[in-house]
Amino acid sequence: MTSKGARLAPHRTATNLVTLGAALAGVALWAAPAVAQANKAEVIHWWTSGGESAAVKVFAEQFAKAGGTWVDTAIAGGANARTAAINRTVGGTPPTMMQFNTGKQFDELVENDLLNDVDAIATEQKWKDKIPGPILAATTRNGKMFAVPVNIHGQNWLFYNTEVLKKVGAEEPKTWDDLIPILDKIKAAGLIPLAFSGQKTWERNLFNAVLIGQGGPELWQAVYGKKDPAAVKSAAFKNVAETYAKLRGYVDPGAPGRNWNDASALVIQGKAGFQVNGDWAKGEFIAAGQTAGKEYGCTILSKAGGGYVMGGDVFAFPKTKDPNQLKTQIMLAKLMLEPETQIAFNTKKGSIPVRTDVDVSSMDICAQKGAKMAADKAQQAPAMELLTPPSVTGAVEDVISSFWNTPAQSTDQFADKFAAALKQI
Amino acid sequence: MRAIRPRLASRFAALLGLAPALAILVVVYVGCTAWTIWISMTSSRMLPSSNFVGLRQYEALFANERWQVSVGNLAVFGVLFMLVSIALGFLLAVAIDQRVRGENLLRSIFLYPFSMSFIVTGLVWQWLLNPTFGIEKMGRDLGFAAFRFDWIVRQDMVIYTLVFAAVWHAAGLVMAIMLAGLRGIDEDIWKAARIDGLPPWRVYLSVVIPMLGASFATASVLLATSVVRLYDLSVAMTNGGPGVASEVPAKFVMDHLFERGNLGLATAAATSMLITVAAVVGPWLYWQSRRTGRAHA
Repeated sequence: MTSKGARLAPHRTATNLVTLGAALAGVALWAAPAVAQANKAEVIHWWTSGGESAAVKVFAEQFAKAGGTWVDTAIAGGANARTAAINRTVGGTPPTMMQFNTGKQFDELVENDLLNDVDAIATEQKWKDKIPGPILAATTRNGKMFAVPVNIHGQNWLFYNTEVLKKVGAEEPKTWDDLIPILDKIKAAGLIPLAFSGQKTWERNLFNAVLIGQGGPELWQAVYGKKDPAAVKSAAFKNVAETYAKLRGYVDPGAPGRNWNDASALVIQGKAGFQVNGDWAKGEFIAAGQTAGKEYGCTILSKAGGGYVMGGDVFAFPKTKDPNQLKTQIMLAKLMLEPETQIAFNTKKGSIPVRTDVDVSSMDICAQKGAKMAADKAQQAPAMELLTPPSVTGAVEDVISSFWNTPAQSTDQFADKFAAALKQI
Repeated sequence: MRAIRPRLASRFAALLGLAPALAILVVVYVGCTAWTIWISMTSSRMLPSSNFVGLRQYEALFANERWQVSVGNLAVFGVLFMLVSIALGFLLAVAIDQRVRGENLLRSIFLYPFSMSFIVTGLVWQWLLNPTFGIEKMGRDLGFAAFRFDWIVRQDMVIYTLVFAAVWHAAGLVMAIMLAGLRGIDEDIWKAARIDGLPPWRVYLSVVIPMLGASFATASVLLATSVVRLYDLSVAMTNGGPGVASEVPAKFVMDHLFERGNLGLATAAATSMLITVAAVVGPWLYWQSRRTGRAHA
């Protein structure tokens, strides 16, 4: 390329700068026809870990089978990937398809008319009857679907080591109130009762698991959906905060700053009894050669009967004038929601299919439990990020984190700060 | 005329040569700073918007507990880090200046931490300070069952662990600067002091330190810049935790700019940092220019 560029430059003024400029021009000439190539899809996503990249490969292979060329732009870290994708979209050179978490992350792109909707293909494929309500709502703006959800991650699973439970003579708990005495027994046995990763995200996730488990879906909706200050100052919320505060006594001193997978490892090795985490933690158990229902178990704690906190991932399609790209986008959307693709992808990802009409009997017992709850209207609860924009989620996260780490803070102070964080400019 | 023309031409050439740098300065630095200040007065979230809200982002910022903690942390960190690094670096330099054996080796060892990034420094100290497998565990394994060194997981102490790590990182650099200064001091001064019968500590305190003014200034400026941009150490070592106890302003800006999609609040925080730095540097520059002005007059 450099030689080609250099040849274009007049000999006499061929200084270094001119050569460089010509070389760049050469790159541009060479790159231009590639973009126009049919069925070429550049995909920005952040699935870089072992299990994740195996999962995204399922999409790439299906796309290749259908005659497309998958250009994989994996960027480590969700925020980095989203920033890159958004910058390119605003700057006018968007990828074909980009990943977001199910929720409000792409709100402003829709408001600024930067995304293509997928309503036509959704109607044609009858997706709207098959996708659980909260997930469908999270991809719909002004009555149109603007993103394709590809999975459902349950965020409030309680994982446990069956050996440890047997050792202390305990059964699988059903509610948070059941759990506390078991935690005491494990503590007495000299083990870590609750494997915890003391980072803001997981402090928030644990709180949310308590909020839905103790408070039920109604309080959940009132707090995160309606952002009702009265709900935050209610007795039910106070009870949630007290239960959450009790859990401080069951984590080990090494918890602050720990990564979630290191916390999972404690449960896998039998050093700890329980961990609250999303179903992505299954990947760690599987990698350690353990099987759901044998070495480890999973359950959702719920007092009020119901509450499967559902989040996940979606792909959105930036506006494009290129008819080829438009065709490719529709092709991708359709392909990702084919039943076989859904099973293959979600088995690797640890999540469950986003369509409730897919047969999940080939998946593990946790996934089957999850799929049953996801299909049950009484159990469906939208994840926090489906209800609040990232700025509010972050502000609430700071409040929860400082409450968890400051035992001196009263539940009333906590509720006041919580209510203030829900209100933002 | 003939004499002037080449000079004009050369001045034109010089201006032409400087033009790209000038353009970058104006567009990138001044332009982006102005843009940042403008965005901080809008209600921008993930994408910039032009919905003017006055100083409401600043109100929200200064009411934000995490920002208050961040600013407090920066003050504590800045003062302790600079004082301890300079004191320790100076003492190391003095010790090495005693013509010790193995000077080259010692100098390399002390300077070595500076060759590492803050990310690596942060990770190393995170492991050392972790109570379940770091220094605390080592102490207990040696038989001291009551040994406690868990500052990194305590909200009230965690900021000092950041100071530890940063001092470990920077003291060697200060030593190198000071050592260069010490080597520049005339042998005759030492001889004169010996004849006068002054003890060495007195010479250092009353003669050498005043003569090392430039070295101290260089070290201070270098350290001060790493205080303001303190970000990666906090990310790698504690990620701002436990809770928000080791958050710093630059991390507040970065988190709100990207992860949290809150351009308005992030730019308000960035602008506040800029104003603070300007408030410190401005008077100093003014004082400097007055001083050189007087010297010329």
